[in-house]
Amino acid sequence: MLTRAPAGTDSPAADPVTGPRRRTGASAARRSVVGLAFVAPTAAIVAALFLVPLGILVYMSFTDWPLLGSPRVNGVENYRQLGSDDRFLGAIKFTIVYTLITTVVLFAAAFVLVAISNSPRRGTLFYRTAFFLPYVVGTAAASSMWWIDANDQLGVFNHALQTTGLVDQPVGLLATPTKALLTVIALVVWKFVGFQLMVLLVGLQSIPAQLYEAARVDGASTWQRLRYITVPSLRPTLALLTVLSVTGSLLAFDQFFVLTHGGPDNSTVTVVLALYNKAFQSFRLGSAAAEAVVVLVVLVLVNVIQLRLLREREK
Amino acid sequence: MMPTTAIRRGLGTGLFHGAAILLTVAFLFPLIWAALNSVKTSDEANQQPPTWLPHSLSLQNYRSLAGFDQGIGTYLVNTVVLCMFTVVGSVVVCVLGGYGFARYHFRGRSVLFGTTLAILMVPYATILLPLYIVLGKLHLQNTLIGLALVLVMFQLPFGIFLMRNSFESVPRELEEAALVDGCSGFGALWHVSGRIVAPGVVTVALFSFLTSWNEYLAPLIFLNDGAKYTLPVMLVNIRYASFNILDIGALQAGVVVAMLPCLVVYLALQRFYVSGLITGALRG
Repeated sequence: MLTRAPAGTDSPAADPVTGPRRRTGASAARRSVVGLAFVAPTAAIVAALFLVPLGILVYMSFTDWPLLGSPRVNGVENYRQLGSDDRFLGAIKFTIVYTLITTVVLFAAAFVLVAISNSPRRGTLFYRTAFFLPYVVGTAAASSMWWIDANDQLGVFNHALQTTGLVDQPVGLLATPTKALLTVIALVVWKFVGFQLMVLLVGLQSIPAQLYEAARVDGASTWQRLRYITVPSLRPTLALLTVLSVTGSLLAFDQFFVLTHGGPDNSTVTVVLALYNKAFQSFRLGSAAAEAVVVLVVLVLVNVIQLRLLREREK
Repeated sequence: MMPTTAIRRGLGTGLFHGAAILLTVAFLFPLIWAALNSVKTSDEANQQPPTWLPHSLSLQNYRSLAGFDQGIGTYLVNTVVLCMFTVVGSVVVCVLGGYGFARYHFRGRSVLFGTTLAILMVPYATILLPLYIVLGKLHLQNTLIGLALVLVMFQLPFGIFLMRNSFESVPRELEEAALVDGCSGFGALWHVSGRIVAPGVVTVALFSFLTSWNEYLAPLIFLNDGAKYTLPVMLVNIRYASFNILDIGALQAGVVVAMLPCLVVYLALQRFYVSGLITGALRG
């Protein structure tokens, strides 16, 4: 199942189909070889950079793998230790809380923006573009920007709060665990809600206009049209966005690494950040691999469950 | 009562635009603020409390950015090279692969296609660790090519899916006519389908450009030589390199340099982006 690409078929051009002859067994076989040649680069990359690393990851998780020296197989020791690893357990708890809040807030914000962007009034294209632009900016750039803006002395957020009279004293937006979490969530909503908005708009446009016409003729109110046409039609889109938002939040790294660096007092360490620290700061590769396998299994399960729910709903 | 409804409608529109403009300002503000601050003088940019509008325009911040560590030129070149490798690699692999999956039947076809899509299921951060080892074995650790290959791999599920769909929408007869005229399989791909699937190609290129330009975690892990760092890594380093004296102006100039190409490319190719979203995100 790895590389099915046979050697020596790198140049598909060496296979001219001459003349308008009927397809015989031999030419079918030849076509199959040409097909393999076309997908050979894909197969090579998938095998070398996806399947092999996946295998190594699983193997690593059963070893004591130091940075220097040779790895030693130690069975399920790494997994057993994870059960009492407070850093890891704390990171899981924090990541789940973060994921729940972020997903809810993202959807709430997206619905407000959809209401604006989908209005028949003028100017909506401009608003829509503005809401989407932060999504195009990279997370490192966006987080750096917010890190400056959230500074209590030099940052513009505090300046704005003080100018408008909302606060008297500068607020340390990253100073306490709760404030740091809220600031990161604000950043994430600002940056990613545009994507949700776009996907929702595409979903809305695919609902046939006749449905709404018919409902209007039957005297359905705006609320009823929303309840009985829009929401049911959007269900697959909403389910998909939930999967993406949950998966993305469970894997959050950049925004925490740049904005809070896990602080204050390691209160904002996500699972991937904990994994990164373990692998590349403490160099406990085997243990980090076990963490990665756990995260991977959980995410595959979450995805499979979500997709199954999706399919059932469509039936 | 005509006038009352007219007034009410006007009021509704006014409220709508008021709310929409308020939100627009909130969304654009951090971007505009970084741009404004980057053209202040260094002293003004680092002033406390900040000034709303620049008192005088200056390129000082960009000059200090230019001199940071290896020099902004090095980081820019690295990032552009990485993007070129990634974009060209993704496009070539996805076009060939998408064509192969759409047009040919061979053993292991559905297994390979399914495995490619399964990349989406596996969280990126979790396999960076073994990838580090694999790249080491391939002698590609700490190289932009190795990094680009990893980024290409992560583009495959979306790109292959998109290109296969694009090629499937090209009528087969068109290509068979070309084959009859003596084109090779590759020639048929090039001359006949190429034009029709061009929008798909632009979409794949656009997505791989944005990803590779902005990628932070992978370069952070795979590159350990400061002279090879890309812009996002440099941006974060500005902060940690300058211990006590943090130059906010230079950092914001860096943010502008990092985000401007993305904004321009996005605004220019917006429609490809949305069409990519439709195929990429809504297949569920």
